[in-house]
Amino acid sequence: MISAWKTVRTIARRELASYFTSPVAYVFLVIFLLLTGFFTFTAGGFFERGEASLASFFGWHPWLYLVLVPAVGMRLWSEERRSGTLELLLTMPVTTWQAILGKFLASWAFLAIALALTFPVVLTVNVLGDPDNGVIATGYFGSLLLSGSYLAISCMTSAMTRNQVVAFILGVVICLFLILCGFNPVTDLLARWASPAVVDTVAAFSVIPHFDGFQKGVIDSRDLFYFLSVIGFALFATGVILRNHRAG
Amino acid sequence: MIRIENLVKSFGPKRAVDGVSFNVERGEVLGFLGPNGAGKSTTMRMITGFIPPTEGKIAVGGYDVTESPLEAKRLIGYLPEAAPAYPDMTVHGFLAFAADMRGLTGGAKHKAIDRVVELCFLDSVLHQGIDTLSKGYKHRTCLAQALIHDPEVLVLDEPTDGLDPNQKHEVRNLIRELGRTKAVVFSTHILEEVDAACTRAIIIDRGRIVANGTPAELRGMSGLAGAVTVSGQGVSADKLAPLGRVEVADGAYRVFPADKAAAGELAREVAALATRESWRLEALRTEEGQLDEVFRRITLPDTVKK
Ligand SMILES: Nc1ncnc2c1ncn2[C@@H]1O[C@H](COP(=O)(O)OP(=O)(O)OP(=O)(O)O)[C@@H](O)[C@H]1O
Ligand SMILES: [Mg+2]
Repeated sequence: MISAWKTVRTIARRELASYFTSPVAYVFLVIFLLLTGFFTFTAGGFFERGEASLASFFGWHPWLYLVLVPAVGMRLWSEERRSGTLELLLTMPVTTWQAILGKFLASWAFLAIALALTFPVVLTVNVLGDPDNGVIATGYFGSLLLSGSYLAISCMTSAMTRNQVVAFILGVVICLFLILCGFNPVTDLLARWASPAVVDTVAAFSVIPHFDGFQKGVIDSRDLFYFLSVIGFALFATGVILRNHRAG
Repeated sequence: MIRIENLVKSFGPKRAVDGVSFNVERGEVLGFLGPNGAGKSTTMRMITGFIPPTEGKIAVGGYDVTESPLEAKRLIGYLPEAAPAYPDMTVHGFLAFAADMRGLTGGAKHKAIDRVVELCFLDSVLHQGIDTLSKGYKHRTCLAQALIHDPEVLVLDEPTDGLDPNQKHEVRNLIRELGRTKAVVFSTHILEEVDAACTRAIIIDRGRIVANGTPAELRGMSGLAGAVTVSGQGVSADKLAPLGRVEVADGAYRVFPADKAAAGELAREVAALATRESWRLEALRTEEGQLDEVFRRITLPDTVKK
């Protein structure tokens, strides 16, 4: 068990280091911070709201992550497949799940670093007013889970193809579906044809209602369960896809 | 160390490997020959656990590759065909990663890295990024990775591909050296390597084994093997004819024995004949047969075969 975890860590360490040896990581961090700043303070009406909260900051995350997370996750497996290192990695003494977990955790850690670098926003609202920092903490926690779910999905689409662009587009499409099926304008539209039960079922698949809970300062076990099952399912699917790919 | 029984791999309707069986013991170097697309790499990928076999059994060091893959993979060092390596790492970083993955730590890890750097002559590029390496150095880096844990079983897919003549020579010697204590399988398109490094060779064609033996045995399958070539003044085909079938090639006469087993006898008979007839010989030799001729003869499709 200990050596299994060590293998996961070795893979994760290599993966994380590979983000920072390319300029892409820094470009990504800058873009991420600029966009969060822009959406929070300009488009989100941070100052106009006149309240000491980060609602305008977190509210944009499902949309921001929609493009940025698949961009981080698209290379995870496509690159290994394209360059042939997949063969090298999987013929070392690792199980497929160790490799998947290691690579996933590394890119999740990268996203966590990006998220942590938004701390000036927290400082700002604490200087300007008197926010509930507990709510901000759950908000961050929810945001991290959200990015993890998108990332697991991108990991899955990345395993499907050796082409990163295809992996990216597929990832965005699936994540977009997860947003839209609970997005009010869409559910309203759906409610015209379908029974409320159907609408609720579809909406239950959406990230939005689950994400909203965290922003209100509530950690609901059902929300937690939702995000963890999305991650679990997508990583499991990654394993199945990789196995099928190898079987030819 | 490696036991393969009736191995089959199908890609769709196509059988890339079609019922291959062989064993490789410790102290053996098995050369894997065959035309492009014969199924060499596919077989090696199955031995190393990268792709699952459609049918058949593979055991490495007693561990079934499909049932206990981790135990089997721990014993194997593998150089894949394309010699892949992570381009964003330095040579040293990559070898350290491979050592970590093999569970080497501390002093053992440093020693292992130093050892393979020396074996594969990587000193001059140790801190260079892999994406900037020349093809040969990239190949050697990947080879070093395969040797890092001093494995008992080595599977090397075209280990000398892309190397300069000096390095080819070094790698052949390395393989022969390693083969004394390990089980080694390596594939190649260079037939001289069979003589230079192998204790045994297998020729595979369209997924099936078509020849299996020591280099000398394979050469013996040549039509040329055992023939006596003689040249000089006065040599005449008519006089040679009673000894066997005679061909004229490049101004020399080649006598083929009726019975291959009596090849040594034939040379003596020719020599005796030359003395009797007072021919002034320039050359007289018994042909060993050539691997490339054997290879061509048994792997060409029937339509092309003469
Ligand atoms: N993933 C795959 N999907 C479909 N066919 C494949 C796959 N991998 C290999 N093949 C086919 O299997 C056959 C054997 O290929 P393999 O790579 O084992 O040949 P090889 O003997 O290594 O040839 P070479 O000397 O060119 O390296 C080829 O016809 C190839 O097209
Ligand atoms: Mg090959």
